[in-house]
Amino acid sequence: MEEVYINSIGSISAQKTFDNNDFLEEITTYEDNILPVIDPNYKEYIPPAAARRMAKGIKMGVVASKIALEEAGLANVDAIITGTGMGCVRDSEKFVTAILDNNEQFLTPTSFIQSTHNTVAGQIALGIGCKGYNFTYVHSSVSFESALIDAIMQLQLREAENILVGGVDESGEHTNAIHKLIQYIKPEKINTNKLLQSKTGGTVFGEGANFFVLSNIKQDSSYAQVIDVKTFNTMAKSDLVSNLEAYLKGNNLSVADIDVLISGNNGDIDYDSYYADLTNGPFKNTQQVVYKHLSGEFNTASAFGFWLGAKILKSQHIPKAIALNAIKTKGLRIVLLYNQYRGKNHSFTLLRQC
Amino acid sequence: MSDLKQELKEKIITQLNLEDIAIEEIADNDPLFGDGLGLDSIDALELIVMLDKDYGIKLTDPKEGKKIFESIEIMANYIAAHRTK
Amino acid sequence: MSKGVAITGMGIISAIGNNVAENYSSLLEGRTGISHISKIDTIHKGSIMVGEIEYTNEELQAQLGLDSNNNYSRTALLGAIAAKEAVADAGIANIRAYRTGLISSTSVGGMDMTEKFYYDYLESEDNRRYIEGHHAGDSTEKIAEQLGIDQSLVTTISTACSSAANAIMFGARLIKTGKLDRVIVGGADCLSKFTINGFNTLMILSDTYNTPFDENRKGLNLGEAAAYLVLESEFLIKKEKKKVLGYVVGYGNANDAYHQTASSENGDGATLSMEKALAVAGLEPKDIDYINAHGTATGNNDLSEGRALIRVFGQEVPEFSSTKAYTGHTLAAAGAIEAVYAILSLQNNIIYPNLNFKTPMKEFSLIPQTSLKEKALNTVLSNSLGFGGNCSTLIFSK
Repeated sequence: MEEVYINSIGSISAQKTFDNNDFLEEITTYEDNILPVIDPNYKEYIPPAAARRMAKGIKMGVVASKIALEEAGLANVDAIITGTGMGCVRDSEKFVTAILDNNEQFLTPTSFIQSTHNTVAGQIALGIGCKGYNFTYVHSSVSFESALIDAIMQLQLREAENILVGGVDESGEHTNAIHKLIQYIKPEKINTNKLLQSKTGGTVFGEGANFFVLSNIKQDSSYAQVIDVKTFNTMAKSDLVSNLEAYLKGNNLSVADIDVLISGNNGDIDYDSYYADLTNGPFKNTQQVVYKHLSGEFNTASAFGFWLGAKILKSQHIPKAIALNAIKTKGLRIVLLYNQYRGKNHSFTLLRQC
Repeated sequence: MSDLKQELKEKIITQLNLEDIAIEEIADNDPLFGDGLGLDSIDALELIVMLDKDYGIKLTDPKEGKKIFESIEIMANYIAAHRTK
Repeated sequence: MSKGVAITGMGIISAIGNNVAENYSSLLEGRTGISHISKIDTIHKGSIMVGEIEYTNEELQAQLGLDSNNNYSRTALLGAIAAKEAVADAGIANIRAYRTGLISSTSVGGMDMTEKFYYDYLESEDNRRYIEGHHAGDSTEKIAEQLGIDQSLVTTISTACSSAANAIMFGARLIKTGKLDRVIVGGADCLSKFTINGFNTLMILSDTYNTPFDENRKGLNLGEAAAYLVLESEFLIKKEKKKVLGYVVGYGNANDAYHQTASSENGDGATLSMEKALAVAGLEPKDIDYINAHGTATGNNDLSEGRALIRVFGQEVPEFSSTKAYTGHTLAAAGAIEAVYAILSLQNNIIYPNLNFKTPMKEFSLIPQTSLKEKALNTVLSNSLGFGGNCSTLIFSK
């Protein structure tokens, strides 16, 4: 079986991450419960004629993928696989609103077309003329990991050489409003520096696009090797540690081999205890990294965690803003990511220095 | 008639998000589709809704739209002859 | 021919039947499920025709034994019914005995409830339990729960009209690579005002019965449905001495990269997906005995797909038909619906008629099979082509 490498990255997030030369040198803090992305100049990447009908999610996805393709030195890829929890939710909202407000009359197609979940992957393919495999996974917090699993399988079996994989979600006004009502979003505005110490339920929502070229051919730009990804639809808290140990063992690793744990804490007092079971348990002497106070929570926020893992392994550096504890290990070789959302759709991802 | 043409140009620019195009850049006889303004079949569907909503003209076959939306001139003539509001 | 991945169970609910047996008898009897909209409160009730499932949500909830406080969308209800039939058909007593996953697919997800309570959510607490049921993965989570699949690989694919074909493809690859021993694959989509109006804005809905591959076709009828297959590994088949219904031997996905919604005129994407599937199966075009075409009856699809068929099969296109005139276009579920029909074809050596066909298209001389035909079948090819240029082909064998 072939090894799988992260050959390039492209990130649009609530931090200024679209420049691959930076690594969280400047941190933007928010006093809010909804975090917008810091936009690159989309016009630099997308011609106006193409951009005029693009939803925010499409713009983010297209630009993040262009940044990744450029860094990998590729004009095209063998496959495009995306993950998105909600798709272009603003256009879904727009179309529902138009249906309800105009009693199903005078409806136009553009927002309906964009509301289709695979619209980002389709537009990227259209933009670069990629006639290859084109899949979109839409399963809550494992949307991106499902895309990874698919890509890894193809690369390991040499069915493809270069695959563009990404996670993208945009935030929508109505979606945010109703998630505040059920307190999935914290009702109060919060300083993002204090999010992960919060003692209340819910989290802050964000948006973003994180794209990667995965390949079975290592090149100078390569960031890291992807060892394995595994997802679980359900997991009792009491099974977490044993499942994780079995997962590591399946990859011929143990807790002691992990140099950095990147965990998906989002400041929700009702569910962050999953992470605490690892950070206060088997990984209490491991260097720990968190990120959702920078990105906000969204279905593909874990792709931002994946971006961090790639950056950390290539730069051998952990910016202060993401360090959860004071432990500093030299020689960062293996990174483990753990994520879940509201106690469901868990994922483990292992990356190795290359 | 020239008011209607002006109105159509404004509507096309806002409804089809042609933000980088100025009204003066669209000549009455410029082709709207293909090489001209570069509109496509999705824009045609948007314009069909505009005809219905703003001028009370209902088209049932998208192919009819192709002829009507050839240029601002042709579109304005068609609307003037068929409008019900 | 490659060995393929074994299918050991199937389940379905559609406008032409509430289970596999009912669907098959409707196919044999030429009974369409297309009628005027009756269950959705829409201004298009009298004009647009669709393929509706006869059960109400309350009846489906009762069948699943759900209490009145549940938050199942109609997509989840239909999906759970069909998936349970598939698992029972496969004779699975203990789903946890092997590594079992679920790959489902949907395009509307919980949109039926979202559009109903969109403004109500802001005013009243009564229906807020449905907020969590909106996202596409929710119906899959509920189906997994109904089947007792836990701590496993459960995910959802949404690639418009090719979604369920892609779920079957991904599932087959998970078995082939040994990641799972068993996987339930398929898709579910209910009708909603969202999709009915959405397709209406594209002006591709027929105001009468859809007529695939006919020169005078006026567009598609939407339908609602769910269907699932159980795929099992060779090891498990041997160990449990399972009865095999058929095999997934070939699969291919390609992108047209032509237009946001329309297919290319010469059918590039569909040609590529059929070629890929044949290559995976280790088959030549002449080895295909019957094609269940995507055949939505839109001007664009049938022309593009027809041209692709000619490009792949040349002058010898085998018997082909679209079953969309029976069920309507069931969007994300279509690939799974037609996979069940393909297996029934293979089991019974039967080719279904392409209903409502009268006049050949002027662009080519392709004529679908218009009457029920008995023929010894070893392989069936099934196409699913969708928005975003997404083209998928599956090949099934005895």
